Amino acid sequence: MFQSLGTVVEHYVLIAGVIFTLGAIGFLVRRNVLVQLMSIELMLNAVNLALVAFNRAYPGNMTGQIFAFFIIAVAAAEAAVGLAIVLAFYRLKGTVMSDEGDQLKL
Amino acid sequence: MTLVGNIFFVLMAAVSLLGAIGTVASRNPIRSAVGLLVTIIGIAGLFLELKAEFMAAIQLIVYAGAVVVLFVFVVMLLGPDASKVPEGPPKGWAARALGGAAMAVFAGIASYLVLDSRPAPVPFPVVHADHGSVELVGRELFTKQLVPFELTTALLIVAVIGAIAVARAHVEKKTKARDERPAPQRFFVGPLHPRDAGHPLPKEHA
Repeated sequence: MFQSLGTVVEHYVLIAGVIFTLGAIGFLVRRNVLVQLMSIELMLNAVNLALVAFNRAYPGNMTGQIFAFFIIAVAAAEAAVGLAIVLAFYRLKGTVMSDEGDQLKL
Repeated sequence: MTLVGNIFFVLMAAVSLLGAIGTVASRNPIRSAVGLLVTIIGIAGLFLELKAEFMAAIQLIVYAGAVVVLFVFVVMLLGPDASKVPEGPPKGWAARALGGAAMAVFAGIASYLVLDSRPAPVPFPVVHADHGSVELVGRELFTKQLVPFELTTALLIVAVIGAIAVARAHVEKKTKARDERPAPQRFFVGPLHPRDAGHPLPKEHA
């Protein structure tokens, strides 16, 4: 069962799964919008790790790494827009707690 | 895999997991940002272990160099308000706790399934020396993936414009209403035209 560490894709998938789950727990449990955005970044990083690991296991082409590259680009755009929304939300409400954002509630 | 490779893998895995725990569990957003930075560095190390040097460099440049710095900027901009907790019981705590517990159970099941995989794990195949090098990934990006690559530039431009539009402070218009302006001054004080002889100037000008 245990090969030499770091030479099978399962070890990387395990780490990626744990990091993804930590990000998901952080997004669900924390109330601070900044920490929630950081949790989203954690999840994107975990997916990147899994993609690159599978590309190492099936090295016929570079599709996994190309995918990870585009995910990094999209994550950078997401962080910029998300932090701008956080700033606008802070100007509106004076706090960065996500459960204060109830403007759409009837 | 050599002993050094094993130690490096365990070290980077531990660093990234501890950083992730720190990101989620820290009370102070600055410490969360530092935890995210540690996780990113650990994952970059794992990329190196996976023979993805280009991805490791991009990970450090874009994430550690840009995204985390952006987070730190915003945390510093908000100051102590970034970690201020409002009074009163948090809304929806039961649903959030349930969601977190469900994700923890999911992580346990997924870890068990990965470690118990059938058939037995196959070690990584031997790859060419320049697998994941800048040259190979760059050639792929600029030949087969050229259209998505160029569309990424449009995405980034739109994201930057949108971020500026959303985050810009809306300054109040500085022009005062008409009746708030001071009355226009009379500048001409002197011998009156015969036409105005019957209407002398106000006292302050005379």
